[in-house]
Amino acid sequence: MRIAKMKRGIHPLDNKNTASQKIRYFFPKNGADMVYPMVQHLGAPCKPIVAVGDMVDVGQKIADNDAYMSSPIHSTVSGIVTDYRMTITPSGRMCNAIVIKNDGKYRDHPDCNHGVDFTNMPREKILAYIRESGLVGLGGAGFPSHVKLDPPADKTIDTIFINAAECEPYLTNDHRVLLEEPTRILKGMEVILHLFPEAKAILAIEDNKLDAIKLLTELNTNPRITVMPMKTCYPQGAEKQIINACLGREVPSGGFPMDVGCIVINVDTTISLHRAFFRGRPLMRKIVTIAGGAVNNPGNYKIRLGMSYREVIEAAGGLNSRAYKIVMGGPMMGVAHYTLDVPVIKTSSALLFFTEEESRVSDERNCFRCGKCVDHCPMGLLPLDLNKYVLANKIELFKKYNGMDCIECACCSYTCPAKRHLSQSISTVRRELLAAR
Amino acid sequence: MEKPLYTVTSTPHIHSTDTIDKTMRYVLLALVPATIAGVVFFGLRALMIILISIAAAIIFEVLFQKTAKRPVTVSDGSAAVTGLLLGLVLPPAVPLWFPIVGAFVAIIVVKQLFGGLGQNFLNPALAARAVLMAAYALPMTAGFFEPQGLYNWTDIDVVASPTPLAIIGSEGFYPAAADFVAAFVGNISGSIGETSVIALLIGAAFLFYKKVISWHIPICFIASAGVFVFIFNPNMLALYHLITGGLMLGAFFMATDYPTSPMTPMGKVVFGIGCGILTGIIRLFGGFPEGVAYAILLMNLTVPLIDRYVRPRVLGTKRRGA
Repeated sequence: MRIAKMKRGIHPLDNKNTASQKIRYFFPKNGADMVYPMVQHLGAPCKPIVAVGDMVDVGQKIADNDAYMSSPIHSTVSGIVTDYRMTITPSGRMCNAIVIKNDGKYRDHPDCNHGVDFTNMPREKILAYIRESGLVGLGGAGFPSHVKLDPPADKTIDTIFINAAECEPYLTNDHRVLLEEPTRILKGMEVILHLFPEAKAILAIEDNKLDAIKLLTELNTNPRITVMPMKTCYPQGAEKQIINACLGREVPSGGFPMDVGCIVINVDTTISLHRAFFRGRPLMRKIVTIAGGAVNNPGNYKIRLGMSYREVIEAAGGLNSRAYKIVMGGPMMGVAHYTLDVPVIKTSSALLFFTEEESRVSDERNCFRCGKCVDHCPMGLLPLDLNKYVLANKIELFKKYNGMDCIECACCSYTCPAKRHLSQSISTVRRELLAAR
Repeated sequence: MEKPLYTVTSTPHIHSTDTIDKTMRYVLLALVPATIAGVVFFGLRALMIILISIAAAIIFEVLFQKTAKRPVTVSDGSAAVTGLLLGLVLPPAVPLWFPIVGAFVAIIVVKQLFGGLGQNFLNPALAARAVLMAAYALPMTAGFFEPQGLYNWTDIDVVASPTPLAIIGSEGFYPAAADFVAAFVGNISGSIGETSVIALLIGAAFLFYKKVISWHIPICFIASAGVFVFIFNPNMLALYHLITGGLMLGAFFMATDYPTSPMTPMGKVVFGIGCGILTGIIRLFGGFPEGVAYAILLMNLTVPLIDRYVRPRVLGTKRRGA
């Protein structure tokens, strides 16, 4: 069997100690406030369609937007809408949120629990159903799935990637999902293959999950689906890297996977497709890895969207006294937060609590041009030069030498012996330039 | 419940355990075998030169940084590495104040005046050697003697004996007379740390193992020097050239100096080949019997140019000319 391998990249200590534990589940507390931010996806923010004082059910749509590039939000508990206020989201932004007081009855909405047979549905109906179910990319970006699965007519899609690389250290939620819900993954993939009758699918898994590779290979009977092992390497789960590793194709600079005939979808998204089509449940839960040296009971937890991280960590055994930094997402690309009063949203993937030793930031020293950042940059950039251009405010040189092609994977900063803030400086300028476009 | 505020930083939240200090410690460790060999062959005098050189390098760095009111960074070990390398490239019979002058040039002129660690464009130890060579040509070219053993305090008035390369330069190469084993072990006349090929290879193997250096520069350097000499002298001379003079020390420990070598693998290949060919040209056709130091210094000057034109291809961009 061929083993795919990306170019360059790093091999951080993986710390995937939670991989052997089953996914645990807990309900939100009765009477707890569930918070639903209006931005849980890329695109137009939602607007509430319920008012303060309304009673809502599990699975009831509570917010939506007429824009195509948006995705509706559903209640994950039954209860009463108590507030509409500002909150901080896992991506670090502030936005409006609906607050629902959980009545603990979990009364399902009448529209829920009716699966549909997608094989008889026209393409537009399927995409509309995906949108109604609130599906977005669950890898972290939150790109609305109905948009991703509807590429412009001039793009021919021949390969659908189901991304189970899970290259970030500490994270094991995709691994557990592969082991515990493999048939749902394969069924969910059928929905996508139905949308693209000409395409084949690649389920790409890194070889630190050999048990998952073996299991999925055994269970897969669909000739259009290939289970592809990849040599473990960070950031192989990035779209451009996974395509290059498995197919040798290069997404053009400034382009998208569809430009080379590919669509990349997170493995958890396929399970959500299964839940939506076969069981009639909109996107209401998220599997989150809780790990790090400051956590008492690390593991994977199935969590209802809207719970606050404070409630989640209390239910998961609490923190020890050494908690120093909390990171939402992986340790390489996640967002650090100063508070736990943040709700779980569609794009939450992990919750890491680091002690000071695990996550210490050293002072920047002189670059002594060891070239490690160059050796490991998966895009082939020269991070030390880009850093120099940023510090000297030479934005033209930054653009000329492909600073905008940076994928912000942070390999350069990870590997730098002088502990220079390479990726930090590059990302900052890159985002400023993107915002100015 | 009290609500603590947690630390917030940009990504990444974990870092490798690599540091500058660690890298420098590895280089110092890798030079230990060659240092021991030098002291064993050239005696306590060689040890004195090395110790004075290291001490002078550290003291000059502290003095400069204190005077310039900059943070004192000698604990990173880079000054010690420079001092040690300088000691190793000096002939064993030079006066004991030579390394002090050399360390001044290396640390103050070449390193600190250009901004300190990583900002120098010449290899400090080799630049210092070149300055000493220009200023005090006689002791620097005649300060060599045959190995005398550990307990000998050989002084400059001992009858000097030229290095093998100097003999080849003036009298030609006689394969029968060339002692390959002695040259490999290091039991020949030469600079303190350059003669023992086996000791240098042990140190180099350690640096490869620790991934401090990659194969590109040393292998290209040595191979191209060997091929160059072989083209003009298709006999055993090519091999003898590789194990005498400063080639091994230069290829593994000098040319691989981070600040003064290219960053990309392809750039390192270009740099290594350039060093090898220049060494061959100077040794075979130049006025000096040995050319490694000048070859590396000349190639140091080309590094900004190499780094500008030899770049990795950015993923998703066209190949040049495609």
